[in-house]
Amino acid sequence: MDVVVCVKQVPDTEQPIRVRPDGSGVEEQGLNWILNYYDEHAVEEALRVREKHGGTVTVVCVGPARATEALRTALAMGADEAVHVQDPALEGADHLAVARVLAETIRQLRCDLVLCGRLATDDNASVVGPALAEYLSLPQATAISKLDISDGVATVEREVEGGVEVLQVPLPAVFTVERTINEPRYPTLPGIMKAKRKEIRTLTLKDLGLEPGQVGAQAARVRYSRFDPPPRREAGRVVTPDSPEEGARLIAQFLQETAKVL
Amino acid sequence: MDFALSEEHRLVQQTARDFATREILPVASQLDAEHRFPAEIVRGLAELGLMGVMVPEEYGGAGMDNVAYVLAMEEVARACASTAAIMSVNNSLVCDPILRYGTEEQKRRYLPVLASGREIGCYCLTEPQAGSDAASLQTTARLDGDGWVLNGTKVFVTNAREAWVFIVYARTEPEAGPRGISAFIVERDHPGISVGKVERKMGLLASSTCEVLLQDCRVPRDNLLGARGEGFKVALSTLDGGRIGIAAQAVGIARAALEESVAYARERRQFGRPIAEFQAIQWKIADMATRIDAARLLTLRAAWLRDQGKRCTAEASMAKLFASETAMFAAHQGVQIFGGYGYIKDYPVERYFRDAKITEIYEGTSEIQRLVIARNLLA
Repeated sequence: MDVVVCVKQVPDTEQPIRVRPDGSGVEEQGLNWILNYYDEHAVEEALRVREKHGGTVTVVCVGPARATEALRTALAMGADEAVHVQDPALEGADHLAVARVLAETIRQLRCDLVLCGRLATDDNASVVGPALAEYLSLPQATAISKLDISDGVATVEREVEGGVEVLQVPLPAVFTVERTINEPRYPTLPGIMKAKRKEIRTLTLKDLGLEPGQVGAQAARVRYSRFDPPPRREAGRVVTPDSPEEGARLIAQFLQETAKVL
Repeated sequence: MDFALSEEHRLVQQTARDFATREILPVASQLDAEHRFPAEIVRGLAELGLMGVMVPEEYGGAGMDNVAYVLAMEEVARACASTAAIMSVNNSLVCDPILRYGTEEQKRRYLPVLASGREIGCYCLTEPQAGSDAASLQTTARLDGDGWVLNGTKVFVTNAREAWVFIVYARTEPEAGPRGISAFIVERDHPGISVGKVERKMGLLASSTCEVLLQDCRVPRDNLLGARGEGFKVALSTLDGGRIGIAAQAVGIARAALEESVAYARERRQFGRPIAEFQAIQWKIADMATRIDAARLLTLRAAWLRDQGKRCTAEASMAKLFASETAMFAAHQGVQIFGGYGYIKDYPVERYFRDAKITEIYEGTSEIQRLVIARNLLA
C-alpha cells in the first residue's frame, strides 16, 4: 500500500499572530512555522497503514522554501520520501490551484491512497482535499475519524450530527482526516537524524507540465482583499443588582440594547 | 557569524517543546505536590532519545550534540525543572563520562541501557565534608583480589533512589588532594551499596536526592572508569558538560517564569486596567526577557564550543553562573508580578521560585563558578 500524504506548513498558533498594518496579510517575521496539526494526524495514519499493510509513505507539499521543514518533520516521524513543489510562480495561488498542483504531482507517484488533514489551521478552508479528489477523479471521504483497509476497500467512519457514518470506499481514494483519528507520534531524535539523511525531491511547475497562467496568481479565483485583526476583547461588565429580578432585568437590557442579540 | 539554528536543531527543539507542553506541563504541579518521580515521562523522554542525546547511535543513543541537548533541556525545564534534573544527570553526569572515559566493554554494557531509559544513572561526588572542596573527598577504594572495595558516604545524589548505575569517586591513592582520586561504575546490585536517607528539599520535589552508603562495597576490577588516579580529571571535565546542561535548565525555569508573568500581566486588572500597562511591570518583564536571552546565548555558545571539541571550562561556568542567577531573578520577579497569587501554590511561579534556587548551588555554586572564571583570567 503506497500512501501519499499532502501537508502544509502553517504558523504556530501558540504564538501571537499579528496582521500587517496595511492589512495585506499576516506579519511573517517572528512566526514559528510548524507542520499543520491535522496533517500530523494524516502522516500518523499513513505510517500506521504502512505498519499494517507494508508499502511506502510519501509526503508532498506545495509551498515556499521554508516549508521544507514541515516535510522534514514528516520524514522524522517516519515517512519514506518527500516531494516539495516550489515555484515562484505559485505566489498568490489559491486553494484550487494548490489542489491541481498536488494532483499533477501525485500522478507521478505510486499511490494507492491519498491522505490530507481536514483543514489547515491558518485559513481553515477545507478545500484542498476535496478539490484534489476531483482533479484526480478519485472517490473521497472527508473528516474521517477511523480507517480500516482490506482487499483494496477502505472502511471509514465520519462523525456526523448525532451518530457515526460508516462508508466503504474503493481504493485508490482521497481521505481527509479528523484529529480524533489517532494520536500522532513525536519525531524522535534518531528519527530526526535519519530524516536529515533523506533527500527531499524538489519539483517546479515545469516538471509537472503546468503553466504559471494555469495555477499562479493570474489563475486564482480567490483574492484576499484585506486582513483585519479580531476586535480586542473588552473587559466584562459586572452588575451588582439588589434583587434577582433586578439582575434579570439588567441582563435582558444588556442583551437587547448593547449586545443586540434579542 | 550565524545565529540561526540548523533544521535538525529546530526539529529537536520543536519535538521537545511539543512533548513538554503536552505530556509534562499538565502534570508538573501535581508531581511537585506529590513528590512523585515521573517514571512514565522519563520513559517518554527515552523513547524520543532524550535520555542519551549525545550517546552515538551504535550505543543506542540519539547521536546528537550538545546544542541539541541544551535546546531540549530548556524545553523540558520550562515544563518541569525536576524532570529536567533527572534528564540532566543521566545525560551529562552518567552517559557522558562513560562515553568519554569508558572502555569499549563499559560502553556496550551501560550506554544502551541508560540511553533507552530502561535504567537511569546517578553521580556520587559530594560527601558530607567535601562539597565545593570536592578534592578532599574521603571515600576510599582499595584493590582486593579481583575487585575493588569501596567505603564511604556520598550525599545529595540526584536520582539515587531510582538509579541502576552509580558513578562513584573514591580515593585509591594515599596522597591527599585531587591526585589520589579514581572514578568507578557501581551497579545497584553490587554488594555493599545502599541508598540512605532521601532528603526533604525546598524544590525539585519530583526528583530524588539521597545519601548513598558504601560499606565494603565490592566492584569488579574492570569497573574502574578512566585511569587510576585520574578521577578528578574525569569529574571536572564531566562537570563542564553538566554545567552547560544546568545552564539550560535554568534558562527553561526563567522562561517559564517570564511566560507566566506575561500572560498574567495581560489578564490581571488593577486600577481599571491590565497591570501590563503599568511601567513598573513592563520594566520587570523587559529585564527578565533581556537576561534570559543573554543566558540562552551564553549557554548555546558553551554547548557549541564543547561540540567543537574546544576547551569550554570558563564559558560553561559563565553560562551556568549567569543562567542560574537569571532563573532566580526571573522567578523572584515572577512571584512579585503575581503578588499574593505568586505566593500560593495555585499558580506555578511559586514552584519556579523554589526550583530556581538549586541551580545556583548544584554542580558548583555561583561562588565556585566565579572562582573558575577568575582563575581562567588570573592564573
